Amino acid sequence: MLMPRLIPVLLLMNGQLVRSETFTTHQIIGDPLHEVARFNEWKVDELIYLDISRTAGLAQGRRDSGNRAYADAMEVLEAVASHCFMPLTWGGHVTSLDQVRDIFKRGADKVAINTAAFETPELITQVSKRFGAQAMVVSIDVRQTEDGYEVMTRGGREPTGRDPVSWAKEAEDRGAGEILLQSLNRDGRGTGYDVALIEQVSQAVTIPVIACSGVGVYEHYAKGLKAGADAVAAANIWHFKELADRGGKRALQRAGFDVRM
Amino acid sequence: MTIAIIDYGMGNLTSVRNAFAHLGADVVVSHDPGVLRAAKGVVLPGVGAFGEGMAHLQELGLAQLLKDEIAGQHRPLLGICLGMQLLLDDSAEHGQHKGLGIVPGKVRRLAPPPHDPPYRVPHVGWNHVEASKTEGLFKGLPENEAFYFVHSFVCQPERPDDAAGWSEHGERFVCALEHGSVWAAQFHPEKSHKAGLALLTNWLEFVASC
Repeated sequence: MLMPRLIPVLLLMNGQLVRSETFTTHQIIGDPLHEVARFNEWKVDELIYLDISRTAGLAQGRRDSGNRAYADAMEVLEAVASHCFMPLTWGGHVTSLDQVRDIFKRGADKVAINTAAFETPELITQVSKRFGAQAMVVSIDVRQTEDGYEVMTRGGREPTGRDPVSWAKEAEDRGAGEILLQSLNRDGRGTGYDVALIEQVSQAVTIPVIACSGVGVYEHYAKGLKAGADAVAAANIWHFKELADRGGKRALQRAGFDVRM
Repeated sequence: MTIAIIDYGMGNLTSVRNAFAHLGADVVVSHDPGVLRAAKGVVLPGVGAFGEGMAHLQELGLAQLLKDEIAGQHRPLLGICLGMQLLLDDSAEHGQHKGLGIVPGKVRRLAPPPHDPPYRVPHVGWNHVEASKTEGLFKGLPENEAFYFVHSFVCQPERPDDAAGWSEHGERFVCALEHGSVWAAQFHPEKSHKAGLALLTNWLEFVASC
C-alpha cells in the first residue's frame, strides 16, 4: 500500500533560507544547504524547495554570515540536487517551458508553478505533455475571507476572485499531476491545517493533494490526511524541532497511518 | 568500468547521474551510439510519455542498438521508470505505441476504474516492494522495503519469470523486471535514499561480473 508522505518545505528568499508567517513576515534561518543535508540523513520522504524572493534571479547571500553566496536561485538548486537522493520539487518564479527544462536539467524532479499556472494555464498542459503529469505540481495559495475561499497569486498579494475548488479541477484537467495547497491565513501560525479547505479540494480532484500551512505540533499532520490529503507538508516545524521527521512519523503511526520509518 | 546513461530528451537524468557518481561509478551521459557500445553497462532512464520516448530513441538510432547490440548480446541494461516500460512490446498510453520489444509484454494504465473511492493516479509516493527473487536487484535488501514511485502506467510482462518485484496500488502489479541481462525498476532507485542506492549497487556488481 502507498504510504502517506511527510514533506518538509524549505523557503528560499534572496539566497537565504527563511521561515514565513502569513506570507508577510520572513525570518532568516541560514544557509540553503544545511537543512537539505540533515533531511537526507533522516531519509525524509521528499523535499519541496520554494524560492519566494520578491524578485526573480537575485541571490544576495550575506557575505558576513560565512555562508556561501550563490549567484542565483538556480545555483542553489544545483547544489541542493547534488546532495539529494529523494524526490525534489522546485518552485518559485517559474514562468516558461524553457525555465522548466533548465530546472529539471539541474536536478529537480518536479516543478511547482503558482502564478504563471493561473495567468497562463496553457503552461500546465505544456509542461505536462513535455515532462509528464507527475512532474507538474500546481501550487495554490488560498486566502479565507468572510465570503469564503479565494485563490491568491503573486506570493499571496494578488486576489483572483477564483474559488480554489474550481481552480484545482481546472488544473487537473489541464494536466497537473499534484496540487500543493497552501493557506495564507494558516501560514506560520502553528494552529493546524485548514481542514475544510483540504477536504473540499481533495474531494474535487483525483490527483494527489499535498496539504501545507499551519502545522504547529506533530498531531496536526494526521488531521490533514484524514481530511483527504495524500501528503502532508510543513515548513517551520522542521526548523525548530530536533528529529522532526521521526517525531512527525511517530505521531502519524499513533494516529493509525502506515508511514515509511 | 564505464556506465552510460542514455540521454534521449526524456526527463531528469541529473538525479540518476548524481546517484551513480555518489556510488563511485565512472558515469557518462550520452546518446552517441559509439559511447553506448563501449560502455560496460547501459542505463535507460526516463520520465514522460511512452510514444514520445520511443520516437526519440528511434530518431537517435538507438532503438535497434538497444535491442540487437545491448540486450541481444546479453550486455547489462537497466531500465528505470519509463525506461522500464519502453523495454516491452507495446503500450496503450495515449493510443497504441510499439516499444523496444526486448521483454515480452505490454504496458497499460495502472488501477483502472471502477474503484470506489478511485485510486489516485499518478501513483506518487513511497510504496512497499515485495521481491520475488533473492538474487539480483533486491539482493541483501530487507523484505518489503519501500521505494519511491511516480507513474500512471504499468508493465505486464508475459512471462511470470521476468517479474523481479511486485507492488500494490489498487491492484498488484510488477514493479521490477529481470530478463537475462536486462533489469528494470518502475520506481526510482535514484530517489529512494539508501534502499535505492543499495539496489543500484547490486546492479553495478552485476555489471562488473559480466
